[in-house]
Amino acid sequence: MSIKKVTQHPTQNEALIFERSQTGRVGYRLPELDVEETPIEEIVPSEFLRDDDLEGLPEVSEVDVVRHFTRMSTWNFSIDLGMYPLGSCTMKYNSRLNEKVARIAGFLNHHPLAPEAESQGALKLMYTLQEDLAEITGLPGVSLQPAAGAHGEMTGVMIIRAALDKRDGEASKERRVMLVPDSAHGTNPASAKLAGFTVKTIRSTKDGFTDMDHLRELCDEGGIAGLMLTNPSTVGIFEKNIREICDAIHDAGGLVYMDGANMNALVGVARPGDMGVDVIHLNLHKTFSTPHGGGGPGCGPCCCTAELEPFLPVPRVVKEGESYRLDSDQPNTIGRVKAFFGNFGMMVRALAYIQTHGDSGLREATETAVLNARYISHFLQEDYEKPFEADPMHEVILSHKKQARKGVHTLDIGKRLIDYGFHPMTVYFPLIVDGAMLIEPTESVGRQELDTFVDAMKSIAKETIEDPDLVINAPHTTRIGRLDEATAARKPVLRWKPDMETSAKSA
Amino acid sequence: MSNIPDNLKYSKDHEWLLVDGDTATLGITDYAQDSLGDVVYVELPNEGENFNAHDAFGSVESVKAVSEIFTPVAGEIVSSNEDLNDTPEVVNDDPYGDGWMVKIKMDNSGEADALLSAEEYAEFLESEED
Repeated sequence: MSIKKVTQHPTQNEALIFERSQTGRVGYRLPELDVEETPIEEIVPSEFLRDDDLEGLPEVSEVDVVRHFTRMSTWNFSIDLGMYPLGSCTMKYNSRLNEKVARIAGFLNHHPLAPEAESQGALKLMYTLQEDLAEITGLPGVSLQPAAGAHGEMTGVMIIRAALDKRDGEASKERRVMLVPDSAHGTNPASAKLAGFTVKTIRSTKDGFTDMDHLRELCDEGGIAGLMLTNPSTVGIFEKNIREICDAIHDAGGLVYMDGANMNALVGVARPGDMGVDVIHLNLHKTFSTPHGGGGPGCGPCCCTAELEPFLPVPRVVKEGESYRLDSDQPNTIGRVKAFFGNFGMMVRALAYIQTHGDSGLREATETAVLNARYISHFLQEDYEKPFEADPMHEVILSHKKQARKGVHTLDIGKRLIDYGFHPMTVYFPLIVDGAMLIEPTESVGRQELDTFVDAMKSIAKETIEDPDLVINAPHTTRIGRLDEATAARKPVLRWKPDMETSAKSA
Repeated sequence: MSNIPDNLKYSKDHEWLLVDGDTATLGITDYAQDSLGDVVYVELPNEGENFNAHDAFGSVESVKAVSEIFTPVAGEIVSSNEDLNDTPEVVNDDPYGDGWMVKIKMDNSGEADALLSAEEYAEFLESEED
C-alpha cells in the first residue's frame, strides 16, 4: 500500500476564488418587496450606474468566501506563530494590549476632520508621543506625519535641503552631494536622489566601520550637503566613530541624517542627538512594536534639532496652556507630506508601548535585544563565517562562506530554516557581505526559543556537510517548495484571466 | 572555477572587454553572473550617451539585488544589446557571447591596455576569495 499526498485537497492546494465560482450561486437572497419597485435608473443618475454585466466576477456563497480566505490565512507565517529573525526589520511581538488601546472607540472612530475642540484627546496623544520621541532621540523637533521609514527618510533629506537653501541662498546649489555608506539601505540613495541630491558612496573598512579616510577625502572634494548614516550600521555594528563622523560632515558644511532603522539597539541607552545627528526618522512599526510586514501601515516620524524644527512638515501639533491645536503657520516648513496627520492608529499603539515599558523597561528591551543577538552570534560563529570581528548590537551578520564550498548558499539555508519552523533571516543584505545572512531575534524571544533557533542553524550546518542536497532542495514541509523566482520576475503574471492554467488546476 | 576566456580584458568590477580597434564590447564576467544569481532585468544606456571611465552605465537586477555596471573605459555608446530586454537570462547562460551589454567607442583605447589580463583576473578572483 502506498500513501499519496492528495495535492488537490483544498488544504493542500487552494483554488483561486474565481475558480470556485458556480453560475447562479449567491450568498444571500433578499425577501420579495412588499412595496412597488422603483426602477434604479429613477433613483441613481446614469453616470453612476454600471453598464457592464459583471461577467467574470466570482459567484460564491458566504461560506465559500470565509473558508477560502481562512484556509489561505493558515498558510502564512506571522509574528504570532514564532520567531521571525528578519534582520533590519525588527519583527518584535505586537502586544495585544496595544491593539486593545488602539480599538478604544474614542480613538478608533474619531474623524480626522473633527474640530480641534473635539479632538483634544487625539491631539494630546500625538503631543505626548512627540515629547517621548524627542526625549528618546535627544532631538526636540518631531513630526509624526511620515507614513513609514522611506517616507521619513525622504522627509529628513527634504528638511536638510530646505535648511541649506535657507542658510546658503543661491550658493546652496553648489552643495548637492549626499554621502551614503556602501552598507546603506537602498532607500537612502533613492531618497537623496528624489530630494535633488547627487549620491557619493563611502567605503566601509574590512572591520565593518565607515572608512574615515575615505569620508574625509570625499568631504575635501566639497559640495557636501550631508550624510545619511544608519547606526548601528546594517551589518549590526555600532559606528564607534559617530562623533568624529558628524564633526567631519559639520565641518564640511553639511548636515547629518540618521536612518533610525536600527534604533532597537539604542532606545533608552544612547541618543542620536547626543552623537551629533541633526535629523533622524524612526520606524514606529519596528522599534515601537506597531504591526508591520502585511500587518498594518507603518509610521515614520521625523525628529530633528531645534535649528531644523522650523522646516518640519505642517500641521504641527502644539500645546497652548492646557489645550492642544494644529499649527500650520510655519513659513519655512517643507509643507505637508501626508494626508491628514499620518497613520494615527500606529501612534496610539506606539505610545501604549512606550508607556507600558517606561524608562527602565525601554532600556531593558534594548539590552535584551542586543543580548539575544550576541547569544546567537556566540553560538553560531563556529558553524558560520562571521565576517566582522566586532560584537554585534541588535542583529548579527553571518555569511555562507563555509557552506558555499559544499554548494549550499544563503538562499538554501534560509529555505531550510522554514522546515525548522522559523521564518528565514534576511538574505543577501547588506550587499557588502557576500552571501549575507542578517539575523535579528529582537527582545521578544526567550532563551529556550533562542536555543531552538541556534540548534536549527547548527543542524543545517551539519546537514550541509552530510547531505547538502537536503538543504539545496528545501523546504520539504511546505505545501509548495521552491518557487521559480527568476521566471516570476522576468515574466510576471499580475492578473488572472479566465482559462488560465493555475497550479491548483494543473496539480 | 569560473570561465575566464584568454582573449578578453577584465576589470576589478567584474566586467569584460573585447577590444576591436577603437571599439570595445562590454559585458559582465562568468564570476559576476554566478554571484548575482538569476538575472531578471538589465538596464542599459541609449546609443550616443557618453561615459567617463568608472562611471555606472547601467544596472543588472537579479533575484538577489540590483547592481550597477561600470565601464572601465571612457567613451560613447554605439550599441546596446536590446535582446536583453526580453531575454535577460542570456547574461547567465552566455555571459561572454549573447549576454554582451554594450559596444563603446573608446575615447582612448590605451585605457583598455591597462586592464587585467585573463591570468591577472584569475589571480584577482583568488585573492578576493580569501
